Amino acid sequence: MDWTLYIYKTIFLVIIFLITLVVAMYSTYGERKVAAFMQDRRGPNRAGIFGLLQPLADGVKMFMKEEIIPLTANKKLFILGPSIAMTTAMLTGVVIPWGGTLTIGGREFSMQIADLNIGILYVFAMVSIGVYGIMIGGWASNNKYALLGSIRAASQMISYEIAMGMSIIALILTSGSLSLNDIVQQQHGMNWNIFYQPLGFLIFIVCAFAETNRAPFDLPECETELIGGYHTEYSSMKLGFYLFAEYINMFISSAVIATLYFGGYNMPFIDQLGLSPNVVTLLGSAFFFMKILFLIFLFMWIRWTLPRFRYDQLMNLGWKKLMPLAMFNIVATGAYYYFTVLI
Amino acid sequence: MTFLFYLLSAIMVISALMVVSTRSPINSVLALIVCFIAMAGHYILLNAQFLAVVHLIVYTGAIMVLFLFVIMLLNLNKVTIPTKTSVTRISAVITGGLFFLVMVAATRLTFEIHPRYPFTNQIGLVSEVGKTLFKEFLLPFEVSSVLFISAMIGAIMFGKKDESKKL
Repeated sequence: MDWTLYIYKTIFLVIIFLITLVVAMYSTYGERKVAAFMQDRRGPNRAGIFGLLQPLADGVKMFMKEEIIPLTANKKLFILGPSIAMTTAMLTGVVIPWGGTLTIGGREFSMQIADLNIGILYVFAMVSIGVYGIMIGGWASNNKYALLGSIRAASQMISYEIAMGMSIIALILTSGSLSLNDIVQQQHGMNWNIFYQPLGFLIFIVCAFAETNRAPFDLPECETELIGGYHTEYSSMKLGFYLFAEYINMFISSAVIATLYFGGYNMPFIDQLGLSPNVVTLLGSAFFFMKILFLIFLFMWIRWTLPRFRYDQLMNLGWKKLMPLAMFNIVATGAYYYFTVLI
Repeated sequence: MTFLFYLLSAIMVISALMVVSTRSPINSVLALIVCFIAMAGHYILLNAQFLAVVHLIVYTGAIMVLFLFVIMLLNLNKVTIPTKTSVTRISAVITGGLFFLVMVAATRLTFEIHPRYPFTNQIGLVSEVGKTLFKEFLLPFEVSSVLFISAMIGAIMFGKKDESKKL
């Protein structure tokens, strides 16, 4: 057996796991700071310098709070809900290429946990299983508001998955591969897919907002109508898991968007710099994380700028606008390749 | 690999039994979801990654969500299994036993069948599936997609509000 590879993969897996958790943790802090900036407030500034210890304080608070399971709730499913939400959120990062290859002692180590040849479909599978976390949790609470919230969440996610999948089909037509690593390598330098698939990118990012249940698509937890939506009955760390899963999803979907449309770990003018391959790989990873952080900022920016949709507007946008647009995008891309590349 | 096969098979059989044996519909649906996920694991053991993921997306991610949806909306969680008379029970046992006999006979025969095409571990990869569908089986594939479209249009017709009655 190839033990070095196993040890490397295990260490790398743990590192990615920790990075995901830390980024998600500090996204909560970032979100509050961004919100404060937009509303001309100061935001959290009590715990530590600039309030940097605020996420830790929040975490401790979540753990220390009393845990309540309603008497009428289905106890097993009530616990299962947040677990599924958290697990599926963490599983998606496996196929994302976090960097190129590192050469240590004459051996090449890929900075990707698993290069599946259907990587992008794997992301979709995990997203579609993630719906169960919200549905089961909302139903098991045995509360009308929670049930309404979970049904809204599920129907919203199913509706937007279709347009999302269709926008990806056009991208696959241009790349010719379902492997995320191949898609990134084809975008070497500045050949980013966003220049070739601008419409597809727009559709994808709108659907990504809807899939992560973020504003302006946060109807599942619309507090003016539904109290807390699907997590109305949750308290303590189970509520923490739901909230945290949302931030992890935001991080992962930013990573997927950066991989698919912004060239992943590719940097412009990297060939002209004449650096050694290991430095290029590390720089690329750093650049990839900068792209991800910018996209997370975009998520927050939009949340604190746009008002929430009404439910029928949401469904109209998904089915009557985004889906035909995505179909048009497929046909246009296909026609372009048919008339220019093949002939 | 053999261990994984037996583990997945055990999960599948147990969850499939739970689908029919649990009393609350919601537990049946959840057991069926577990069964489907284990089946996706079997596809991966056969190196059919594409089929595994499509199976997850279509069955686990879409169809079972709709099942769960219906059960939640209709609130079918109350146990509504009527008590059956002894005649029904006896006939059910006899029919089930006969069906089991047929199944055993069928599986006994399969040991003598040799597959027409030898198994290749490339068969479930996306390029192979695509080539097979669009070269060898193009006509059946297109015909079945027409069937799907007609089913979709039918569903839309059912779901459509009757505009004439509205006034």
